[in-house]
Amino acid sequence: MFPFCFEWAWDMAHAIFFGGLWYAVGILGAGMTYVVIKSAYDTMNDSGDSHHH
Amino acid sequence: MDSALIPEGVKRTSFPKFFLGMAVVGAVVLWGLIAVVLIWWKGLNQTNMNDYYGFALWIWADLAVIAVGGGAFFTGLLKYIFKVDELKNIINFAVIIGVICYSSALFILAIDVGQPLRSWFIFWHANVHSMLTEVAFCLSCYFAVLVIEFIPNVLENRQLNKVSFFHHLAHNMHGVMAVFAATGAFLSFFHQGSLGGVAGVMYGRPFAFREGLLIWPWTFFLFTWSAAAFGPCFTLLVTKITEAVTGKKLVSDKTVHLLAKISGWMITTYIIAKIIDTIYWATVTVPASGFTFSHFFSNNAFYGYWILFAEIVLCGVVPGLLLIYKPTRENSNLRLLAIILGVIGVCLNRWVMVLQVMAVPVMSFDTWALYIPSWQEVATTILPVAYGIMFIALAYRYLPVFPQEKELNYPAQPVVEGE
Amino acid sequence: MKQENKKEHKFGMVIDLDKCTGCGSCMVSCMAENNVPFKEDESNKKDSITWMRVYKLTNGKDFPETEVVYMPRPCQHCSGKGGHGHSPCVSVCPATATDYGKDTGIVSQIYTRCFGCRYCMGACPYHARYFNWWDPKWPEGMENYLSPNVSPRMRGVVEKCSFCYHRYQLAREKAYLEEREEIEEMEYQTACTTACPAGAIVFGDLNNPEHEVTKIVKPDDHPDPRNPDVVGKSRNPKVFRLLERLGTNTKVYYLSEREWVRKAGDNYTEGEWETIKNHHGKTQISHG
Ligand code: SF4
Ligand code: SF4
Repeated sequence: MFPFCFEWAWDMAHAIFFGGLWYAVGILGAGMTYVVIKSAYDTMNDSGDSHHH
Repeated sequence: MDSALIPEGVKRTSFPKFFLGMAVVGAVVLWGLIAVVLIWWKGLNQTNMNDYYGFALWIWADLAVIAVGGGAFFTGLLKYIFKVDELKNIINFAVIIGVICYSSALFILAIDVGQPLRSWFIFWHANVHSMLTEVAFCLSCYFAVLVIEFIPNVLENRQLNKVSFFHHLAHNMHGVMAVFAATGAFLSFFHQGSLGGVAGVMYGRPFAFREGLLIWPWTFFLFTWSAAAFGPCFTLLVTKITEAVTGKKLVSDKTVHLLAKISGWMITTYIIAKIIDTIYWATVTVPASGFTFSHFFSNNAFYGYWILFAEIVLCGVVPGLLLIYKPTRENSNLRLLAIILGVIGVCLNRWVMVLQVMAVPVMSFDTWALYIPSWQEVATTILPVAYGIMFIALAYRYLPVFPQEKELNYPAQPVVEGE
Repeated sequence: MKQENKKEHKFGMVIDLDKCTGCGSCMVSCMAENNVPFKEDESNKKDSITWMRVYKLTNGKDFPETEVVYMPRPCQHCSGKGGHGHSPCVSVCPATATDYGKDTGIVSQIYTRCFGCRYCMGACPYHARYFNWWDPKWPEGMENYLSPNVSPRMRGVVEKCSFCYHRYQLAREKAYLEEREEIEEMEYQTACTTACPAGAIVFGDLNNPEHEVTKIVKPDDHPDPRNPDVVGKSRNPKVFRLLERLGTNTKVYYLSEREWVRKAGDNYTEGEWETIKNHHGKTQISHG
């Protein structure tokens, strides 16, 4: 799973498999982080001037 | 009693009645949980599995729920990526069914392994060449995607939505849902496929083994395809059941027909591929290892050609044709028949690819091995069904799952307070 | 190639089925050697642990033509398609809990790593893998006889024949202490081999032409022209392997004078045996 696990190898198979995996996990993580931050921002703006949208 | 939680403008059954229903189903859940505790406490000797049947009822159930849960990713893919907007009327429900199926699948795996506390080894010490590793990773990640897809629906609950942050969160999550849906489709493609690969790569088992493309045996693609094809059937079936139980129309015919049509074409194309695969396997792959096709379907008490016929013709070709032909598709009885057959068909396929694989003797002096599950296995396999019923009942009661419910059931009426 | 442990071995065995009497000594010695636990009731063979299991085969003919053969079956230590170490079981284990030793050809099992998914059992067509359905137990007092060189296994993991790997380790240690570079053929022998009263089992390094096993088997390292997945086919027409055609490339060979026994080692479609048996012993160029 990580390069410090002893069965890790810097080869094609690991690159493809974990490349794909961490890419997907990364997108999910980034997406959720963005959404949460944006929502917090929107919430704060709401309470600032409460009458929009 | 709980009226403040019920979505606005719809009616729900009285709380005592609801509670009673939940208690009945809850008893089944409890029965399952007792079996789970027994298995975790005493070990897998509580099952009737043995060294011939290392994979048994549970693994079939696992594959089956994942296959029928495929409706979630495929509907999501169509809705968010291919912009089939009509499907917005059923996507919430498809996601809920997906959440149920995938949480059940993960749960089944947790009771199935001999050392549940070491389950994390599959991630930590991952062997990237194993199909099961791919399954484990993609399954867990995709489950996360499903939860993400489900969250906005939960946050739309009347009380939760009053919280400004939750309101915004639900809104913003909808905004980027296409990204999550795309990731989900990517992950689904691989875990559905690698579940097929699990069987297809076993070159010591000529009944399961398939040639393929690069590292992927044909079963890889067939599994993904069949999940996308039959998953929507299951979504439609559960919708139908929910409608029957609630006595309400929840999804418009237009949406149902569209999903049924898509499913029909997917099933038909899938079954053509499956037939080609079967013929190639029977005439090329199998003889190359010294077996005859008939070997796999004779000399035992259970597995005969009937299972092949049932899987491919009766529960494959028939539902496919019923669903692509407009008059039969739009006839609600025939459509129901088709989706039931379809769901049975995909479950049969998973059965064959797990249990028949184990049953067939490979060494010339070996014998067929049949097994009958123990009550603990049956109870733990029924558990997800009961859990699913409770999940759907709760979701239906408290969340705005079906956007069309109001217009289909209370036309031109002033908004009614929930009871 | 300086040190013993740097050398590439390919340990394997050949079992003479015409010598085997079916006495079961190999099974007993294996269980004792490898600390295999007992079940209270061993009558259900489908869930009792027998790393080495003796199968009984008959030629299916009526008396007086009936013939019986006993076939001891340890783990076959498959080298996998093309002999690259992708054994049916090793290639599927998701947790890298079973491994192919490139230096020995031995398929190992890491008990503390295995989490009991049993995929490897499904993948092995020889039923050589066993699951610990119960907590390991020995009759009162018998724990005292357990071998200190082999770790007992916990409930919920898979185990199988290791070709008595600990004996290899001991032999290597001894050689190291005595500053020898190589171990002798007889220094590393499996328990079943040494226990067999009929001398039916011959064990050794298939990479070493001096070893008895190699002399009997005469393995052909070229791929079988009929099936490129198959390597290490025997040049001895009396020697065969179990399910050779699947490309598992086992390192346990069997020997028999009797044709029906050799035929029982694999599956053949109608009439196919006649062409294939002639192929035995021919190494190059397909004879069609
Ligand atoms: S005989 Fe079975 S357990 Fe042994 S190496 Fe071959 S596949 Fe693996
Ligand atoms: S049972 Fe153990 S050794 Fe076998 S595949 Fe699973 S983790 Fe690997």
